[in-house]
Amino acid sequence: MAQAANFAIALPEMILACGAMALLMLGVFTGKSRGELVLWLAVLLLAIAGFFVVTGSGTATTFSDSFIVDPFARLLKLLTLIGAAVALLMSTDYWREEGGLKFEYPVLVLFAASGMMMMISANDLIALYVGLELQSLSLYVVAAFKRDSARSAEAGLKYFVLGALSSGMLLYGASLVYGFTGSTSFAAIAAAVQPSGANLGLIFGLVFLMAGFAFKISAVPFHMWTPDVYEGAPTPVTAFFAAAPKLAAMALTVRVLVTAFPAVTVEWRQIVVFLAIASMALGAFAAIGQTNIKRLMAYSSIGHMGYALIGLAAGSPEGVAGVIIYLAIYLAMTLGTFACILAMRRGGRMTEDIDSLSGLSRTNPAMAFLLAMLLFSLAGIPPLAGFFAKFYVFLAAIHAGLYALAVIGVLLSVVGAYYYLRIVKIMYFDAPAERFEPMPATLATVLGISGVFVLFYFAYPAPLVEVAGFAAKSLF
Amino acid sequence: MSYSWPILSTVTFLPLLGALLILLLRGGDQSAFRNARFIALWATLITFALSLILWRDFDPLTAQFQFVELRPWLGPISFHMGVDGISMPFVLLTTFLMPLCILASWIAITERVKEYMIAFLVLETLMLGVFTSLDLVLFYLFFEGGLIPMFLIIGVWGGARRVYASFKFFLYTLAGSLLMLLAIMAIYWEAGTTDIPVLLTYGFPAEMQTWLWFAFLASFAVKLPMWPVHTWLPDAHVEAPTAGSVILAAILLKMGGYGFLRFSIPMFPLASAEFAPLIFALSVVAIIYTSLVALAQEDVKKLIAYSSIAHMGFVTIGVFTLTMQGLQGGIFQMLSHGIVSAALFLCVGVIYDRMHTREIAAYGGLADRMPIYAFCFMVFTLANVGLPGTSGFVGEFLALTGAFRVNTWVAFLATTGMILSAAYALWLYRRIIFGKLEKASLRYIGDLTWREIAVMTPLVVLTILFGFYPAPILDVSATSVEALIKSFNASLAAAEQARLALVP
Repeated sequence: MAQAANFAIALPEMILACGAMALLMLGVFTGKSRGELVLWLAVLLLAIAGFFVVTGSGTATTFSDSFIVDPFARLLKLLTLIGAAVALLMSTDYWREEGGLKFEYPVLVLFAASGMMMMISANDLIALYVGLELQSLSLYVVAAFKRDSARSAEAGLKYFVLGALSSGMLLYGASLVYGFTGSTSFAAIAAAVQPSGANLGLIFGLVFLMAGFAFKISAVPFHMWTPDVYEGAPTPVTAFFAAAPKLAAMALTVRVLVTAFPAVTVEWRQIVVFLAIASMALGAFAAIGQTNIKRLMAYSSIGHMGYALIGLAAGSPEGVAGVIIYLAIYLAMTLGTFACILAMRRGGRMTEDIDSLSGLSRTNPAMAFLLAMLLFSLAGIPPLAGFFAKFYVFLAAIHAGLYALAVIGVLLSVVGAYYYLRIVKIMYFDAPAERFEPMPATLATVLGISGVFVLFYFAYPAPLVEVAGFAAKSLF
Repeated sequence: MSYSWPILSTVTFLPLLGALLILLLRGGDQSAFRNARFIALWATLITFALSLILWRDFDPLTAQFQFVELRPWLGPISFHMGVDGISMPFVLLTTFLMPLCILASWIAITERVKEYMIAFLVLETLMLGVFTSLDLVLFYLFFEGGLIPMFLIIGVWGGARRVYASFKFFLYTLAGSLLMLLAIMAIYWEAGTTDIPVLLTYGFPAEMQTWLWFAFLASFAVKLPMWPVHTWLPDAHVEAPTAGSVILAAILLKMGGYGFLRFSIPMFPLASAEFAPLIFALSVVAIIYTSLVALAQEDVKKLIAYSSIAHMGFVTIGVFTLTMQGLQGGIFQMLSHGIVSAALFLCVGVIYDRMHTREIAAYGGLADRMPIYAFCFMVFTLANVGLPGTSGFVGEFLALTGAFRVNTWVAFLATTGMILSAAYALWLYRRIIFGKLEKASLRYIGDLTWREIAVMTPLVVLTILFGFYPAPILDVSATSVEALIKSFNASLAAAEQARLALVP
């Protein structure tokens, strides 16, 4: 403990946190009208942080071992930063239409992003909790960001109440784990946990910890907040929720389970398998009846987290690599889809009705085609990128001998395909509705890039797989 | 034969290039539509010409894979392509039928022509990829990817119940294929590779073979389709536009049969031998039951769809007899059915384009007004029945000969199905073509146009040619089939040896 804290290792987090505070002051002192400038500076900050994330190498810890940077952390951080930055960029046109951007929004996103980075790098239960709360508190506010909208306020409140409950559970679990192992450091916990005769109290603590994680990744049965928050929050905020925090929370779950509790893999695997099956099933069935596209995306994201958990359930390096590949591809798909949702604007108002996409293939063929490809990809149809995402998690599950989980998973993905197809049907088979307003350039760019990624990923899939494999190895 | 350029990839991906060209076309007016049609036609024709070059240089005397291409792609999964005597005929069938499909859609499709042509060209690439890929994951990519364009073709350009039909088609096929995907993963962990030529000689443990065999069966049985998972087919066929039905019947169904030949039998020989009776039972039920159902149909397309299922029953019987005659009969039957069912659907399309109904009762006495049409339809009806002198006879005869050697009852029951097929096919012909031309709406119906004649002629010629001279197809596949049977028998013998060695 004598060694001095090495701040250089946490440089990207420092940049984000200090930058966010500087931008806060900039906003306060230059008046309300500078929202857009703050937003662009925030994106710049995210990019700079991303640059420092990428240029790092090797594995290093600091702050008395409570903060770790390894290839796994770097890759996930990069993805999270991309998610946050793109979600910010996509919000510009929305705020312009909705009567001006308040400078607090980008600042809060930056705070949330630094919280996520800390979560991903957490190597200690206390660091984990601090990062998680920094992220969560920012997100609660962002969800309720449209103060005068009852739906948005409701979303924020609901998120806060349920989130606080889950934080409580997580904290309770953490305290139990500390009580039974005598340490909060992951490495020390891993050393203290014995595979044979795993202590019941410890398992109890682990269950509570996982309940907290499940809430953050919105896995069933802790998913209840997701549809309401997705629907109620302003759409760019929903896009941000779908992209960045999910990744960070999943990364955190993976790191805690794999590095702190490798000895009790058999025990936590049961829980993960249950979470995965429940999430996939609920995501598939509940989405069928939805008419609001944001709600549908909420159920879709629940289902997708279920699939990502399959990789974790395998508990092997290739399983973790599968989770990473899944998250990366899911990020691209979800950002593209939300670019389309943000472009669903008619007569100066956003529409969230799925039926308003009717006949889109006639009125806007390019958007319809790319959205259809994204939806097929979300359904996991080859040769689109989403297929590879599912391929690697199932591959790991089969290797781990989780045959029942794999069979249930693929059959549920057929159910899930139904509601994606329903949107394609509305766009392609139904009679055209009124045109949407022209798509703003930022959204078109995001949609174009993610569409091209999804369509042509098959042509050159090796790099992502290799990077993910390398990152996953650092946890074992 | 080796080339300085990857000819097989060229054949496979050339249609995709055509699709990209059409994508670049501007505007949605008639001239853009015309350009799209011509680009599609030329793309498919050039692909066909290239595949003929392949055929010319194909060496039928070796069972090895030819025109092999191997490139790194995804770690242990490589981009591996090649053809042998089993896949070569299917490649030719696909490239041969595609220009005809484009021609058949020339005026029938008036809306969203560009999208239509793109969907067909993409579909062609995906179908060719199924037959040319030599890696399981690559194969799966093509196999499953075909769902997307077909879903759109049925759903956008289909008939009244197109939405129901397209969803049923998509979800049914997806459910079957995904189980195969899991089996592919299990194979990967067991054998450490998904390379097909390696796997063909890999001896899987007997118990594992059973599971894998059933997982593959789930996929191929839905695709083929076999009773009782055939129900998606009549719906999809009826609602799809004419060219869509043609592709479905002629090529997509054959992927199931091809899958049995390429994977189930050589990779899981013990399971194949053990469960062949199951296949026989399902096939016999399919042949008799769907033939009876066909007799009761009021819709022309539905009748032909049910007849397709019955004919696929002969294919599965032939293939799982695991005799030279049976296997060759199965392959030949698939190709013959590919030509004949395609032609029958095109024939339905001809009258549908004129009258816009598929009700059998709406027609009658067409022979008066449409003699050329009546002739073509007759050739294909007789080929469908399996009359000697048509290609339909050769396949069914060989398949039944094989069946006779293995199980007399199967042969007997399957032959009953042939009688039933004569009943429904000839009755259909009588109701549509013969009798008095009484319906007022039919009084001015015109005979085939030049474009339609151009579509029908090659089909008529091939149907009769292969009826009298089936050698081109049988020769191409003979060596590969022989090798298949040899390795199959060898693994059975090895398993028997191992079993005996265990007996004290």
